[in-house]
Amino acid sequence: MAKHETPLLDQLESGPWPSFVSDLKQEAASRAKNENNVEYQIPTDAVEDLIGVLELSYKHGRTHWKHGGIVGVFGYGGGVIGRYCDQPEMFPGVAHFHTMRVNQPSGKFYTTDYLKKICDLWELRGSGVTNMHGSTGDIILLGTTTPQLEEVFFEMTHKYNQDLGGSGSNLRTPADCIGQARCEYACYDTQAICHALTIEYQDELHRPAFPYKFKFKFDGCPNCCVASIARSDISFIGTWKDDIKIDQEAVQAYIGGEFPPNAGAHSGRDWGAFDIEKEVIGLCPSKCMKMDGKTLKIDTKECTRCMHCINVMPRALRIGDDRGLSMLVGAKAPILDGAQMGSLLVPFIRAEEPYDEIKEVIENIWDWWMEEGKNRERLGELIKRQGFQRLLEATGIKAIPQHVSEPRSNPYIFWKADEVPGGFDRDINEFRKYHQR
Amino acid sequence: MAFISSGYNPDKPMENRISDVGPKKYDQFYPPIIKANKGKWLYHEILEPGVLVHVSETGDEVYTVRAGGARLMSVTLIREICEIADKYCDGHVRFTTRNNIEFMVDSKDKMIALKKDIESRKFDGGSFKFPVGGTGAGITNIVHTQGWIHCHTPATDASGTVKATLDVLFKDFQSHRMPAHLRISMACCLNMCGAVHCSDIAILGYHRKPPMLDHEYLDKMCEIPLAIAACPTAAIRPAKIEINGKKLNSVAVKEERCMYCGNCYTMCPSMPLADDVGDGIVLMVGGKVSNRISAPKFSKVVVAFIPNEMPRWPTMTDTIQRIVEAYAADANKYERLGEWAERIGWERFFEKCELEFTHHLIDDFRDPAYYTWRQTSQFKF
Repeated sequence: MAKHETPLLDQLESGPWPSFVSDLKQEAASRAKNENNVEYQIPTDAVEDLIGVLELSYKHGRTHWKHGGIVGVFGYGGGVIGRYCDQPEMFPGVAHFHTMRVNQPSGKFYTTDYLKKICDLWELRGSGVTNMHGSTGDIILLGTTTPQLEEVFFEMTHKYNQDLGGSGSNLRTPADCIGQARCEYACYDTQAICHALTIEYQDELHRPAFPYKFKFKFDGCPNCCVASIARSDISFIGTWKDDIKIDQEAVQAYIGGEFPPNAGAHSGRDWGAFDIEKEVIGLCPSKCMKMDGKTLKIDTKECTRCMHCINVMPRALRIGDDRGLSMLVGAKAPILDGAQMGSLLVPFIRAEEPYDEIKEVIENIWDWWMEEGKNRERLGELIKRQGFQRLLEATGIKAIPQHVSEPRSNPYIFWKADEVPGGFDRDINEFRKYHQR
Repeated sequence: MAFISSGYNPDKPMENRISDVGPKKYDQFYPPIIKANKGKWLYHEILEPGVLVHVSETGDEVYTVRAGGARLMSVTLIREICEIADKYCDGHVRFTTRNNIEFMVDSKDKMIALKKDIESRKFDGGSFKFPVGGTGAGITNIVHTQGWIHCHTPATDASGTVKATLDVLFKDFQSHRMPAHLRISMACCLNMCGAVHCSDIAILGYHRKPPMLDHEYLDKMCEIPLAIAACPTAAIRPAKIEINGKKLNSVAVKEERCMYCGNCYTMCPSMPLADDVGDGIVLMVGGKVSNRISAPKFSKVVVAFIPNEMPRWPTMTDTIQRIVEAYAADANKYERLGEWAERIGWERFFEKCELEFTHHLIDDFRDPAYYTWRQTSQFKF
């Protein structure tokens, strides 16, 4: 028998999509039954009460959670989000219900052995409710009491060699796409660099020393499956410099209808016979492709590597071999001064261990941002406030046309004294020799 | 329940402390076929919605079955995922950026058995546990935030709006009839910890009323300077308030400057802003993150407000369905929703989607607003 009546949430159990309500109910029932005699370290009915407080929100149209102030684990300034229910008498099982962020492995591959250990730990010391995964990428453990925070952290670090993720004004948990592990488009090893930089910058991740949050995301190619260009302060997007590799026989196989275009992505509808002129060459943004008789030709110098032709004909076209990544900076969601997309800073850089060149760019950016950034000012906002030129100065990168989509349309260039012959110090008396007052 | 110590000694927190170890190294979790073929993949094909094969230059093939899941997930369900992965995938499983679950096997026969098994599994309430789909020119899982399950500033629920939307769009999770892939994302307040601002369709929770002020308790419960500093628009200032003859330190909010972000409430529980009729949903459309054909784009607000209608938000799901159907009927092959809207013109977009255009949809927030007004004589009647 359920502890709380949930007539509204019950209506979210029907329909085909996996019901989180059904899942929460099965967890609540599992805890009540406790077949494995777990000595639950937080209230057994925590999930019953979680369902109860959610039902109350469905009734009221308002949340019943308060932010948690200062909770965490000793020595870290992030990784734990304090959370308290605003109806603790009605729902004592979730009166104190803090979140822990657990740094996911790059690529989000798991062994069941590892996942089961996390499940056992979280069933014993928390609610048994998780997010697989949170928006930034962490495994989210949803709901435990303050005394359990250190216990969970101790067990994770001692038994599983597993650390917490980031929260607050620090480096947030970096995240990557599946990359070369199972994708032929990946121009660099996203998992390797994501892991290496996460380890390199543990101090920045755990101990807030930044003006605000800072995110790294790693996309293996310009398809941007982890959306790095939209949501990371530094976006790493794989790219290449040389020719797209063409298998002319396979091109003909697409033209002849032997291979499905776009790897079968459009199979749910009859779009007619594949038309390479209309579907590939005509849609190329830089118009750098053409059919020369039965040969597909690509003018590499004019190609902007948008991925469309490769996406449409993956068996015929492959990324080039001279590979690296582009770094774009300053992306963020709208608050406050409007959304910002990442702006291209480094068009091409090698992504090879130990990534020293890349680290130099990162650390130059951080030095500038930590010096000049205001409290709660994201990198993108600082670049807007002080200008892209300041970013170039801070990173020692020379301006090139690739940095802009178009040159400025106003002439209000703020020249520096040392850019103008003779500087700004002039002799008025010398001037007056030739110009009367 | 007896307290079980992990070994941590609260009197000596630094004793045996291990910190800064970071995440588990990724490669210890790779399935053998992934380890053997990393960086050697030649091409892939989507055999049917939710099923992919990747072919390596070594001749190896890996079959992936992708299943949708609610990101809110119990350990009971994770253990069931593990049971499946133990049975078919030698104890390996993966999650995607969009909260899907991927089971990988090294032969077609194993894939067929695996798929049949997971498609048969249902919750007691009747919904699928592991619906197969989320590939190609269809609608994959909706990424989302916490909502009323665990956040202090949401203007709507996340899990519920997502469940309601994906129930309505379910057939497109399992088919490839869209002109291009269509990404839907959900964030439960304007802080957007789920960065939804570059999605084909974004569901956004939005408050419309400034915070209430619990003057009697405010100074006792909050650090007033922190609450003031938290406001992104500098709408909060210190104020002396007199209640029942008592002079109290409190704050005042300049209501016309408030953007309803709830950041003050984060710092100060005496400034709650949630409201049953004030809060609801904003719909934004036309964003993308891929660089394919056209540059990444921001989503644009096309519906200024839809009330919260628990538990299934029918006005919201009807509106989303209308936009999806108009796009599916009219866009060209490979054309993303935003590219379609730009090609036909936004005036035509509102007509085809049967959406009312209101003054709320004209940008008036700071400098970039000007660049969104129409500065040409070219428009459509």
